[in-house]
Parts: sequence; C-alpha cells; structure tokens
Amino acid sequence: MIELNSLTKRFGSPSTGILAVDGVTLKVDKGEVLGFLGPNGAGKSTTMKMVTGFLTPTSGSARVCGHDVVKDPIAVKERIGYLPEGAPAYPDMTPESFLDFCAQVRKMGDRAQTRIDQVVERVQLSGVLRQPIETLSKGFKRRVGLAQAILHDPDVLILDEPTDGLDPNQKHEVRSLIREMAGQKAIVLSTHILEEVEAVCTRAIIIARGRVIADGTPLQLAARSRVHNAVTIAVRGADKDHLVSELKRITGVRDVDHARQDDGLCRATAIAKHGHTIAGEVGSLVKARGWGLEELRVEHGRLDEVFREITQSK
Amino acid sequence: MQGWYPIFKRELAGYFVTPVAYIFIVIFLLLAGVFTFQLGGLFERGQADLRPFFDFLPWLYLFLIPAVSMRLWAEERRGGTIELLLTLPVSQWGAVLGKFLAAWAFTGLSLVLTFPLWITVNYLGQPDNGVIVGSYVGGLLMAGGFLAIGSCVSAATKSQVIAFVISLMICLGFLLAGFSPVLDFFKGWAPSWIIDAISSFSFLSRFEGLGKGVVSLRDLVFFVSLIGVFLYAAGIVIEMKKAE
Repeated sequence: MIELNSLTKRFGSPSTGILAVDGVTLKVDKGEVLGFLGPNGAGKSTTMKMVTGFLTPTSGSARVCGHDVVKDPIAVKERIGYLPEGAPAYPDMTPESFLDFCAQVRKMGDRAQTRIDQVVERVQLSGVLRQPIETLSKGFKRRVGLAQAILHDPDVLILDEPTDGLDPNQKHEVRSLIREMAGQKAIVLSTHILEEVEAVCTRAIIIARGRVIADGTPLQLAARSRVHNAVTIAVRGADKDHLVSELKRITGVRDVDHARQDDGLCRATAIAKHGHTIAGEVGSLVKARGWGLEELRVEHGRLDEVFREITQSK
Repeated sequence: MQGWYPIFKRELAGYFVTPVAYIFIVIFLLLAGVFTFQLGGLFERGQADLRPFFDFLPWLYLFLIPAVSMRLWAEERRGGTIELLLTLPVSQWGAVLGKFLAAWAFTGLSLVLTFPLWITVNYLGQPDNGVIVGSYVGGLLMAGGFLAIGSCVSAATKSQVIAFVISLMICLGFLLAGFSPVLDFFKGWAPSWIIDAISSFSFLSRFEGLGKGVVSLRDLVFFVSLIGVFLYAAGIVIEMKKAE
C-alpha cells in the first residue's frame, strides 16, 4: 500500500545542503505494522512528511494505494490518516469542532456524525468534547490527534511518535488501539522506544543518516545482537577459570563473558557464534562435569543493543 | 481550490471564538468614530457626505489590517498545525484562498458595521449615495489588497510581531507609492517609466478615484490582480518555508 522508491530529500543547496533522506526504498503492505526506528535527526519524520505530501521529495517517488504523492497529492491525502509529531491541533477549537472540521474537509457528508461518535468512543474523548483543546492534558491532545487520523477510516495510517511523552497507561492505550486496527490497514509508526516495536510492530526498520540500515521482524533484528542465543549459566562446584576454558571448547561458542565467582557459585555467559545454538551443549557439559546447575538462561538478543551497534558504527 | 470552503468557515468562526474579533471590531468602530467626528469634523463641515470617514480609512487600515493578517500563517507555523492542515486533502491554493477570504469577510463585516455613519448623513441631508457605495467598495478592495500582502508576509515567518511590522511597512509603501516620500527615493537614479509604474501602484490614488463614485474597471482590475499576485506569492512562500 505504500511504495517508496529511492525517496530522497535534500534541504538547502545541492552542494552544501543537508541530505536528510538518502534513497529510501521500501514497501509496506496491508496488515503490516512497520516500526520506524532511528536516532534523532535520522530522517524518520522527513520521510513521513514526504509520504503524507507535506514535503516535496527532491528525487525518487512515493506511492500510496497506487497514487503518486507528487502527481496526485489529494488522492494520497484522502487515503492517509496522519498524526504529525506532537499531535498539533488548533488550540482554540474544541475536539468536537475540530473533528467536525476534519470531517468537512474530508467531505464525509452524512456519515460524518456517526464516524465522529465512533472515534470519540474509541479514543475515549467524550468527557472533554466541548473543552478548548489548549486546556487539555497531553494525553487528551494526543487522543484528539489520533481521533483525527482515524476519522475517515484510512487504509494507511502514519503516526509520528504516537506515544512520545505519554504516561505508561496512556502508552498502553495507544498501543492497544494500534494493535486493534492492525490487520485492515498498513500502519507506519516512528518511535524511540524499542519495547514498543516489540509490543506492536510486525516489522522494524532502522534508519540512520537518511538510509535504511536494517529491515526485518523485531525478532530478526534482535537476532543480529551479539548476545543472540547466548547462554548464561550459574553452577556450583566449578572453578571459574576451568568453567571458562571448558565453555570455550564447545564448537558453537565464540566467547565467554561476565565470568565471576562468588562463594561457591560460578557464573558465565557463553556467546554463540552466528547461527549456532549452544544451550544443549552447555547443558551436557554441566552434566558431564557433575556441576550443580543453579541457572541456565538463553538470551534472545536485545533490540536496543542492535540499535546502538548499527546506528553508531561506520 | 479543493477544501477552501471548510477552511474559510473554520477561520471565520475562529475569529469569534476568541476575543480577537470583538476587540478588533470595537477598536475599529471606535477609531472610525473618533476620526470621523472629532478629527474629521463631520458635523462642522456642514456637508452631507462621508469624506471625513473615508479620508481616514486607509490610515486606520494601515495599522489594523496587518494585525488581522499577521496570524494567518505565522500562527499555523508556530503551532505546527500547518503540517496538519496541508496533509488534509486540501490543495495549497484552497488553503491560501480559504484563509484570505475568511479574513476579508471579517474585515468586510467590520466595514459594514460602520453603517450608522451612512444613516447619519442620510438623516441630516441628501448625500450622493453613489459616491458612498463607491467608497465602500474601494475600502473593501483596499482591505483585500492589504490582507493579501499580509498573508504573504505572514507565510514567511513564525513570528507574528515580525509579520505585523513588515506587513505594515509594505502596506505603507503601497499606500504612499504615488507620493513624494516614496517617489523621491527613486528619483534621480531610476528611469521615469519605473517611477510612473511605482506611482500607479498607489493605493491612495486608486482609493480616491473610487471615492469619487467612479468604480472604474482599471481600479478594480488593479486591486484584484494585486490580491492574486500576493496570494500566489504566499503559496510559493509557504511551499518554500515548509521545511523549517
């Protein structure tokens, strides 16, 4: 539903300007919830602003539901629900008049009122419908922005940091809302919060310096972590150095970290070579040496570590 | 022009949700009254016309219109709502036109509210109502010209204060284009056709022409095309400044 082809945005002059987005090519299908990750200034928001037709690409193309965003911006905008960063809304309007305005611009006609009632219920805005938006709390303002984005039941939903600055309960609400809507839509959301990606996204993209540098399911990305499939054990009756050397002799083990001994308990983390699982071997080793096993834990890899590694390298 | 009407409605209603509209109308009518009766001496002149009012109108507009136009785009840019507005299915020209028309309708309304002056002179004597209608049309066109200039300036900045001051300067330039302070600046180095061109831009001379009761096609075309040019420029400025 979203197709980006070498999408590029340069701010300023061709020689001295800043290349904010550098040839991003990707496709998002219906049913996908795509998490857009990247450090601040990586080009996430700029990419979203081009897809939604706010900024004009310097080169490359963006198509939404088959419509080119430069050639037919209105058709694209009709099919997108967009929550800009910080959920801007007219401060002196009430949520009611604001949603009514959006419905009129979107020419919703007779079905406007029923849809407004539905989304108001869905994002729980009914208590503040007639208060000026400027008097609302951050959480309610965000809900107003979300209500506006889903008002016309768009095929494509683009959310720029939808949970930024919300408290844990509000974050949870927004995430459940996104999960509810996934399936019938293509959803793209940007975030800094990696647990969010694991919680709601079916696919994650890491972008840095304007380029896509990783693309996969959250699990696949986590698997790029150094500690993916690593095994942490705690055993009794072993000597620290002996444990380390024994672990290192297992063929799938690349390295051993965090070896330490307190009282009779000896701990170590065996890092697996890429593509190897070592839990079985480590278990047999412990059994064969007759050590008393206190703990054995397999790591799946951590997204934040992968994120740091690949966004800071190069 | 898609989407101009909902934007027009929202903007126009927006003037009346906040005290802006009421303050503007009250101040406008108050100053109009002071200028017409105190400074202009409507009664003392002993003539049944609205000249004292229309003589001061351009100067009143010079300060009040930039105060209306300064927020048009600067506020959207500061609040980030411009991103929301321009990602709704509206065309950029629809947005520019909708906002401009709302501001114009609003200033038009405040101009209409000076009707007690018209009633007064009609009660006291037999004024030439053709001249008065012509002057009202001229006033409305002048307001439109100032608002279009103000839209364009407002699109260029996030600061309403800057938008106000710069619009005021440009409007002053247009107002005085046919008069010595502006023309002296160009005399001596600019060729005479430029000076003629500049003096033909004078709002004041155009407005006086309309004030004689002659709604000439030339003046009409002048104001309408000036509005068109500045609104077009506003659209370009918005496109250029979006990224900031």
